Amino acid sequence: MSSIHFHSSEIFETIRMVADEKFDIRTITLGISLLDCASDDMDTLCRRVYDKVTRKAEHLVRVGKALEEEYGIPIVHKRISVTPMSLVTASCTTGDPADAGRALDRAAETVDVNFIGGFSALVQKGCTEGDRRLLEAIPRTLASTERVCASVNVGSTRAGINMDAVALLGGLIKETAALTANRGGIGCAKLVVFCNAPEDNPFMAGAFHGTGEAEQVINVGISGPGVVLNTVRRNPQVPLGVLADEIKRTAFKITRMGELVGREAAQRLGVPFGIVDLSLAPTPAWGDSVAEILEAMGLERCGTHGTTAALGLLNDAVKKGGAMATSHVGGLTGAFIPVSEDAGMIRAAEEGVLTLDKLEAMTCVCSVGLDMIAVPGDTPASTLSAIIADEAVIGMINRKTTAVRIIPVPGASVGDRVEFGGLLGSAPVMPVHKEESRLFISRGGRIPAPVQAMTN
Amino acid sequence: MEQQQGRAVITVLGKDRVGIIAGISAVLAERNANILDISQTIVGGFFSMITVVDLDACRGTFSELKELLEAKGRDLGVQVTIQHEDVFRFMHRI
Repeated sequence: MSSIHFHSSEIFETIRMVADEKFDIRTITLGISLLDCASDDMDTLCRRVYDKVTRKAEHLVRVGKALEEEYGIPIVHKRISVTPMSLVTASCTTGDPADAGRALDRAAETVDVNFIGGFSALVQKGCTEGDRRLLEAIPRTLASTERVCASVNVGSTRAGINMDAVALLGGLIKETAALTANRGGIGCAKLVVFCNAPEDNPFMAGAFHGTGEAEQVINVGISGPGVVLNTVRRNPQVPLGVLADEIKRTAFKITRMGELVGREAAQRLGVPFGIVDLSLAPTPAWGDSVAEILEAMGLERCGTHGTTAALGLLNDAVKKGGAMATSHVGGLTGAFIPVSEDAGMIRAAEEGVLTLDKLEAMTCVCSVGLDMIAVPGDTPASTLSAIIADEAVIGMINRKTTAVRIIPVPGASVGDRVEFGGLLGSAPVMPVHKEESRLFISRGGRIPAPVQAMTN
Repeated sequence: MEQQQGRAVITVLGKDRVGIIAGISAVLAERNANILDISQTIVGGFFSMITVVDLDACRGTFSELKELLEAKGRDLGVQVTIQHEDVFRFMHRI
């Protein structure tokens, strides 16, 4: 057996991961700088944006499909992230930034990618005039495009939290929901509010191409909850330290595939390879759920006592295993807990075991935040802002990325379920606290950056 | 754009019958893909085979070869996969 350098059990393990455990590379995302597309004329700007994106991303989908064939591992999404659009449109004081959003949408359609991220603004300390114009254009942009994703960074550990922006975003989320009311407020599923947003995140809806990045870059997001789930199920009674070790081994293997695909995609596209994002990204299919992993660890239902502990162990083990498997780790990196995109989370939320408060606690120990959560349509804007503020402070104090992607579903109340379709899944409408946060939010100003010593 | 050189691992799984190796080998020979190694086992009537092939002189694209092998697998009632060797090298070796 001199030519076969692998044991047959290794080969069949790889095949089983794809065939039975839903292993895939979730996304290869091409980051493109659009800083050179700026113009004081919106028509010129839109033409430059469309031309550059379609030219640079021309081969992305074809290369992705070729790699899928050769490696026999699905690459679910081929996507694009661009420079935060507020920087590109800043000097165009007369035009509507939504036009630039629609140019992105057309470009994404032309090159056949399902999402393009970067209709974004970074306002953690304050808003420029350009930022404000872009923020106000977010609802109508998301309502008039299919593929554009928006994100706003409202805080950071160094800058504190811009509570004026937080207050504004509660209203923008309500407006986005109203403009897309005929589809359950789906526009809000494409709007992420960040604290400590990463500049190299390949995952939607929060991907953008940061200003510290090169002209172009390839970033890869891995997946693999199903593979980790089977690892946990094969070890039903081992002590937690041993279990963590098994998860590390599995994370190493799935991350290696991200590294391979990223290197090869970058080489074929003639673009630098950026990072692998070591995230466990669930899909709505059973067997591909982060909640199921937590339950397989020994919890009757995700959301009960012990959930945060189990998730913390899982998240850390995935990072430890993955970190050695790739030359550059980046992006969000951690276990995702998007409620509507995870069959086990949906079940736990519908049974009332998993609540918004428990989810908030869970986000202290994992990536990313309160994600894909549907709440009643009559939730006040100030309550949405307060939810964002809570989550942003967790990120700010703990020096990590946190985010909120919340959908106040028009006309829906607790107990309803709204269908978004595809990977966005279906979301049970979850209760929020009825007590008002309005006066707190209406104060505005900034929450100061935290002291970095005295860390208890 | 297409990577054509290097080696691939072909796996065949299914119920044992006459002509599985012959059928798969014929497809590889027709495309000039050189077999470097074959490992085959049968347990309880269940056939499994791992073949390493050299694609350097292979005619046509990887996806054409993949389609031919999968079609032959359907004829024989077995599941055939072909993956570039790098997948296994990256996953199982540091």
